Formats: sequence, structure tokens, C-alpha cells
Amino acid sequence: MLKLLDGPQTMGRGPAFWGAAGLVLLAALAYPLFADPYDVGNFGYFFVWIFMALGLCLMWGLCGMLSFGQTFFFGLAGYGYGVIAIDLGNGPLGTMAGLAAGLVLAAAAAAVLGYFMIYGRINGVFFGIVTLSVTLALAYFLGQTAGPEWAIGKARLNGFNGMQGMDPLTFPGPDGGIVLEETLFYYVLILGLVMVYLLLRMLANSRFGNVLVAIREDAERAELLGYDVRRYQLAVFVLGSTLAGLSGVLYTSWGQFITPSSIGLPAASMPIIWVAFSGRTDLTATLVGTFLLLLGFQSLTIYSQETALVLMGALLMATVLFVPRGFVLGIGDLLARLTMRRRREPRPAAAAEV
Amino acid sequence: MTTLLELQGVSRRFGGFLAVREVDLAVAAGEIHCLIGPNGAGKSTLFKLVVGRYEPSAGRIHFRGHDVTRDAPHSRVQRGMSIKMQAPSVFRALPVRQNLHIAMQHHVPPAELAREEERLLELLGLASEGARPAGELSHGQQQWLEIGMAVALKPTLLLLDEPTAGLSPEETFRTGELVQRLAAGGMTVLAVEHDMSFVKQIATRVTVLHLGQVFARGTVEEIVADPRVAEIYLGVPHAA
Repeated sequence: MLKLLDGPQTMGRGPAFWGAAGLVLLAALAYPLFADPYDVGNFGYFFVWIFMALGLCLMWGLCGMLSFGQTFFFGLAGYGYGVIAIDLGNGPLGTMAGLAAGLVLAAAAAAVLGYFMIYGRINGVFFGIVTLSVTLALAYFLGQTAGPEWAIGKARLNGFNGMQGMDPLTFPGPDGGIVLEETLFYYVLILGLVMVYLLLRMLANSRFGNVLVAIREDAERAELLGYDVRRYQLAVFVLGSTLAGLSGVLYTSWGQFITPSSIGLPAASMPIIWVAFSGRTDLTATLVGTFLLLLGFQSLTIYSQETALVLMGALLMATVLFVPRGFVLGIGDLLARLTMRRRREPRPAAAAEV
Repeated sequence: MTTLLELQGVSRRFGGFLAVREVDLAVAAGEIHCLIGPNGAGKSTLFKLVVGRYEPSAGRIHFRGHDVTRDAPHSRVQRGMSIKMQAPSVFRALPVRQNLHIAMQHHVPPAELAREEERLLELLGLASEGARPAGELSHGQQQWLEIGMAVALKPTLLLLDEPTAGLSPEETFRTGELVQRLAAGGMTVLAVEHDMSFVKQIATRVTVLHLGQVFARGTVEEIVADPRVAEIYLGVPHAA
């Protein structure tokens, strides 16, 4: 199984790559020891979104399905978490049930929506249009739920002001449970990211991943090799959308609120920009690029949110025009080529003598 | 000989146009069966009916004793068909070796994959091209690679739609040799083709289609000697 960590569908291999990855992980683990707690919480916030980006990388980059609906599943799972947590009285029972409900809701919605789209032979740009449409419909619907009649049990949807009152994720434990916040939240997210990243790497390099790439390249040819293309597409759509749902639950737990604006058009376009800028065909590029973009976006937002949004648009344009494969992936490829060239070059005679 | 593929009264209508009309066809195990005919005869339509791209308007298709009339293409492939369409259809951005790997990964034990890839690359004359993106190969090499991908499935029946389209005479001859080698290994082949030199080189049995119907069938020698076939191909009326 571990052999699948390296393969044709993932950038980086060998001791140099894994050594560098280990150093980055160590730095991330050590960060809370010397950083301000506010910054640690902020980094945790960035990590929340990376699951959604990795899900899109899997669907779009590996399998060629551009879903504009990541925030649809993000929102469904976030609201699902909130409703169940509030109605079950929060605490370990409510929040753990909320986590499960959020993920199941996202997966089930993806299975139903994906089934009708994929078996209805909606593909290419129309796949993006339909997923965007359902996303906007959900955001619009939730925006008009301000009245008191819009409640599920004790949980008020609350229109554009958003749902509030859910606890952060809480593990069963002494004194009412172990609340997942601040530094603990940060470490749990790192653990989750490492696990998801490694599992997706193995998936990408497995026989399943080979078929996804074949479908991306030529779905008709893949079918003529005996692969049930639509079943693979549905499976990867459910998986990628469920990862968006995981981000939704984590986000709601982190902020203890969720609003329709985290689903609507600006939010829905963000995962596309992160993944396109990073390099949609590679998980490592997506992970690194999404983190960097989120960091940059928030740094700019402090001064002007409009400027940050314009810059995001400009980055997408620059990616499409100049580096269609993605900036981070492009830099990674360049580094790999330089390393290979250095290895191939014979050692100078003078240096050998010294 | 066992009948591997059998079409019974297969028709296909497009609106008011009947492209294939009540075709009966049997392909026996071990033969190289060529389907020929002039342009518009319905060869490609019949091929797409066999592979599952089109559903027949009437008639049944049986493969290895199973009724596959309504089966999707991937189900037919899982039953033992393997298909090479007319235009080269390879994964252009992926290396040649990975193209073969994707084709054979479910048909060859993991420990033997690398060796089997090497064997096929040698067989296809692409041994030095394994790391190149398939899209950089010449047209002929892409045709061979696609045949290789079809062969990698270890099929019972290899279906080839105009495998020599766009090839030079030399490449056509080499393709014929490749098909003969595969058939010698026990593979049954059904090829749609209009290049008669290629048909003469490989076919053990020939079916001629004309205006969507079976016009003649027999061995290559019988078909070549049939003046009615010459007439529909060349427009030369035969002596009464």
C-alpha cells in the first residue's frame, strides 16, 4: 500500500521530497509553541478549507469534472452539523452526531445530484453550470429564512444573519468532554490533513486513480477499456463533495456560526481559484497553494476585502493565460527538472580532485 | 467451429433512413473475419452496433452465448470483446507505457505488469517510446498503440474499425503482420476494412455489405472472384 504514495499521478517522490515534507510537518507542529494563539487559530482556519480544495483537486484535476458546487456541500454539511448539534443539546453527543450527520448529508446529496447529472450525461461545462446553479439556489433559499417559522427543532436558520448556537466539536471525555478549539483544534486539523492527503495520494496512484486519469483524458476510450465510467465519476463526485462537507462541519465548529454568504457566488468561486492557481492535477500543489492563497487573501482583506477579491480574479486570469497547469505545480516541475539536470551533469574534474 | 459472435436480423434505423437492414452474421472462434463494402454500405454502423455504441432498432446480438443486445460497451468489453475505433483514440497526454498500463491493470497480475508492458511494447515496435506522451507518436504508431491497448485486455474477440486508416502501404503491411500474429495466438478478429490488399493479407473469412445488407460472404478467394462484388466496388457491370 505504501508504495502507492509515489506514482505517476502525484508530484514528488524519494527521500528529498519526503524529507522536505517531514520538515514542513515538524515546523507546523512546532508553530503553536512560539506563535501567538490568535495566529494559531488563524492557521487552523486556513486548514479548514484545504479539505474542500483537495476534494476539488480529486474531481477536477484527476477526473476532469469541474464542480462549482463545493460550497453547496460545504453549506449543507455546516447547517446539518448546526441543526443536529443544537437539537441534541450540543456537548459530545450533539456535536459528534452533528459531524456524522453533516458528512452523511453531504455524501447523500452528492450521490443524488451526481446520479442525475452523470447518468443524465451532463458533462463538460454544463456540469459546472448545474452545480453552480444548485449552489446559488441553496444560498438564495437560506438567505430568505430570517423569520421565526424557519427553524428545525430549536435550530433557527436565521436568514442572512446565519445560524448560531452550536458548540465546537467536542470529544467524549471528563468534565463535559474535550472541546476542539484553539491549539487542540489546530493539531487535530493537522492530523486530519496529513491523513486525508496521504490517503488521497494512495488513491490517486492506485488502479482507481489510473482510471480517473483515463476518464479525464478520454472518457470514451476509458469505457472501451471496460471501465464503467459513470460509476467511477459518481464515486469520485461523492468523495470530493464529502470532503467539502468536512470543511463545512469544521468551519461551523470553528466559528460556531454559518451563513449563506459562505455558500454564495464569491465563496463558490474561491475553491476554483485556489485549485486552478495551485495546479489542479496535483494534490501537493493544491495543499500548498491553497494555504498560501488563504494566507495572502486574509492578509489583504485586513486592508480591503474588495482589493483581495479583485486580486483573486486577477490571479485566476493570470493562471489561465500564463500557467494553465497552475503556478505551484509549475514551480514544482521546474524544481524537479533542475534537480534531475544537476544529477545528470558530470561532476567537474577539478571538484572531483579536491 | 464454435460461434463466438452472432447477429440475428439486426437492423438500425436513423429517422427514415435504414442504415443496416436485417443483417445475419456469425463469427467463428479463431477466424479473422473482415467486413468490407463500398462507402455508405453500413460497415461502421454495424461495427457500432456490435460494440454497443448504437442499439439495434430490431434483431439480437449474442456474444459467447449471452444476449448482449442492450449491454453498454464496457459490459461487452468485460465479457471479452476488445475494441479499436477508426480514429486513433489513445490517452494523448499520458506516456505510452501508462496507456498500456491502464488498459491491462485489471487483466494482468500486478507482479507481471511491468514484464507484460515490455512484451507488448516490443510486439508493437514501440520499445524505445515507452516514456513519450502518446500524443507525440506518429499516426501509425498511435494506431498500433491503440491495437496494443485493445490486445492488453486479453480479449476473446478483437474488434478493429479500419485499423489501417491513414497508414502508408508499409505500415499497412506491418499492421497485417501484427494482426496475424495475434490471431496465431488464438485471438478471434473482426475487422471493418476497405483496403483490399490488407483484407487479402489477413482475412480467413469475408462478409460484404452493400446498402446496409449482406451482399456476399465467403473466403477471400471466393469474394475476390465474385464479379458482383467487383461491380459494387468498381461500378463495372459483370457479364450476364
